[in-house]
Amino acid sequence: MSDASAQAAVCWQPEIERMDREALEQLQLERLEATLTRVYRTLPFYRQRLDAAGVDPDAVRSVEDLRRVPFTTKEDLRASYPYGLFAVPLRDVVRLHASSGTTGLATVVGYTRNDLRHWGSAVARVLVAGGVTREDVVQVAFHYGLFTGGFGLHQGAELVGASVIPMSSGHSRQQLRIMQDYRTTALACTPSYAMHLADELLEAGVPRGALSLRLGLFGGEPWSEGLRRQLEEKLQISATDNYGLSEVLGPGVAGECGEKRGLHLAEDHLLAELVDPVSGAPARPGAVGELVLTTLTKEAFPLLRYRTGDLTTLTTERCACGRTLARMGRVLGRTDDLLIVKGVKVYPSQIEAVLVALEGADPHYQIVLTRRASMDEATVLVEVSEAIFFDEMRRQSGLRETIARRLAEELGVHVAVRLVERKSLDRGDGKAARVVDRRGA
Amino acid sequence: MLRIRNLEVAYGRRLALRRVSLHVDQGEIVSLIGANGAGKTTLLRTVAGLVRPAGGQVLFRGRDTAGLATERVVALGCSLVPEGRQVFATMPVLENLLLGATVQYRRGRRAEVEADLARAYRLFPRLEQRAGQLAGTLSGGEQQMLAMARALMARPALVMLDEPSMGLAPLVVKDLFAAIRTVRAEGATVLLVEQNARAALRLADRGYVLETGRVVLEGSARALLDNRDVQRAYLGGEPSAAREGERP
Repeated sequence: MSDASAQAAVCWQPEIERMDREALEQLQLERLEATLTRVYRTLPFYRQRLDAAGVDPDAVRSVEDLRRVPFTTKEDLRASYPYGLFAVPLRDVVRLHASSGTTGLATVVGYTRNDLRHWGSAVARVLVAGGVTREDVVQVAFHYGLFTGGFGLHQGAELVGASVIPMSSGHSRQQLRIMQDYRTTALACTPSYAMHLADELLEAGVPRGALSLRLGLFGGEPWSEGLRRQLEEKLQISATDNYGLSEVLGPGVAGECGEKRGLHLAEDHLLAELVDPVSGAPARPGAVGELVLTTLTKEAFPLLRYRTGDLTTLTTERCACGRTLARMGRVLGRTDDLLIVKGVKVYPSQIEAVLVALEGADPHYQIVLTRRASMDEATVLVEVSEAIFFDEMRRQSGLRETIARRLAEELGVHVAVRLVERKSLDRGDGKAARVVDRRGA
Repeated sequence: MLRIRNLEVAYGRRLALRRVSLHVDQGEIVSLIGANGAGKTTLLRTVAGLVRPAGGQVLFRGRDTAGLATERVVALGCSLVPEGRQVFATMPVLENLLLGATVQYRRGRRAEVEADLARAYRLFPRLEQRAGQLAGTLSGGEQQMLAMARALMARPALVMLDEPSMGLAPLVVKDLFAAIRTVRAEGATVLLVEQNARAALRLADRGYVLETGRVVLEGSARALLDNRDVQRAYLGGEPSAAREGERP
């Protein structure tokens, strides 16, 4: 992108988003020190953790010094269910959310009035970076409820001044009806749900011209460049990725700009580190690592060095859009998604990348894990079109072999492949269940 | 304009500032609030060169000024209006003002002093009326105006005010705060220490809350006014449960 167009990239908070890195580092240091002081005073959990590690919060005098502070994990949050890590009295909390309890007990997070304001502006930044303006009609098809997706996108879009349709997830036919009738211009949901809506659209025979859609703001689960291309083509939109997790903020942690080369982090609200998921040491520059976040402005639910479990990359290289905020790469997978198949590390995102690149296979898939004689085995279920599924046995087996071969090449290990009928895999309520673990059965 | 990193100040063995980092950007009004003994005055006095820090960095306009003599700091463009006014009681108002212009004379800007004086009188017309009067005979509010006007005579880029509202009647405080706003509008940057947290935060763009020599909170003035801990500790309690919803 040329310099002239870089100047033109619109920011919601240009004074933050284009802040000089040195000024940003000063701001982060100030907020980090204040957060440490406050957290140490108010939360016995952190006081004990820091004391046990021999870390005097007054001795943390740089972002590098933060590395001496112990990590906080999902297990720590679960152990303090529901309110054990709230740093303010409950009467100061004006909103409660919870992280999805798909892999265990939910984690409750609270927001003060200031927290909500910061969250709203962080989401507004992501939306504006993705191209949303006050002229847009934003259909929020994230679930509204304890999950932060619906309300998070909602308040950000409202702040931008767009017309917000609080659709929530599910009821696909109704989603499409409203998308046409209300002339929705921007769709906010998970990429897998967007794919599902795109399929439904095709099935319902709605011509693309009947829609006013121009933007897709997708997040909530890892997805791939291939899936982006498919969604942009099928829905005729510009699709951007955004990232968040309820423990830390909700959506708004990071979001792509028009460059689509990484997600700009809300570095005024969060301090991001990348660590080796096994050793916990800082990841090598440019290498993939686990994202670790420390909140800098949270009043109700501050977190020190929270292990997000999300694998990504990090760069402070200047973006052509003019924003100076560091960028994280697409989430490549989760540390707990990591599957060990016959001793080889496999991430579901690698499987998705293979599938979207193949003609005939839909990126609707599921990985089923089984155990035979203490050996983990993986079977990948892939949805294929009716034509292939019912009619052409030869094409079917050809496709299965192609998928199996490509997967073996990509993963370095052989996995079984089974083709299944379209829509036979559970799409849940938006978030796709990519891995089914039957090893315990 | 001003960037402080991990500032430490000790009086004997007692640490007055333990690890303070803060910044003031060009054209901002930033307020420090906190209880007595939190370290607010110490911070201003350290920046002004009156106290030598035990550690940390004070960058004023990109220069490390920690430990520089006061005259040097003033010459660089940073003036302090100290707590308790400290005007020269036995000298007339005009002479007090001209003393503040010493730096300008040294800079060879004698010609500008007349204009600066006119500006001071425009800001505080009462000082012109009392130009020949001994400073000691002025009211508390007038002395505070004089102290501020005297600091401005040095044409500072950064004005630091220590408790300007102390002991003054509410109407006088209102005038004084209006003058601070004018000073900023005319291009100066302001770092303000105040006991009157509500008034200070209403005037300021951003603020820092100091407790026992550490910053415990920082943020936009609005966020601090909305913070319940700030409300409880410095703003005379939180809004009643019933009225909470009414606040805009």
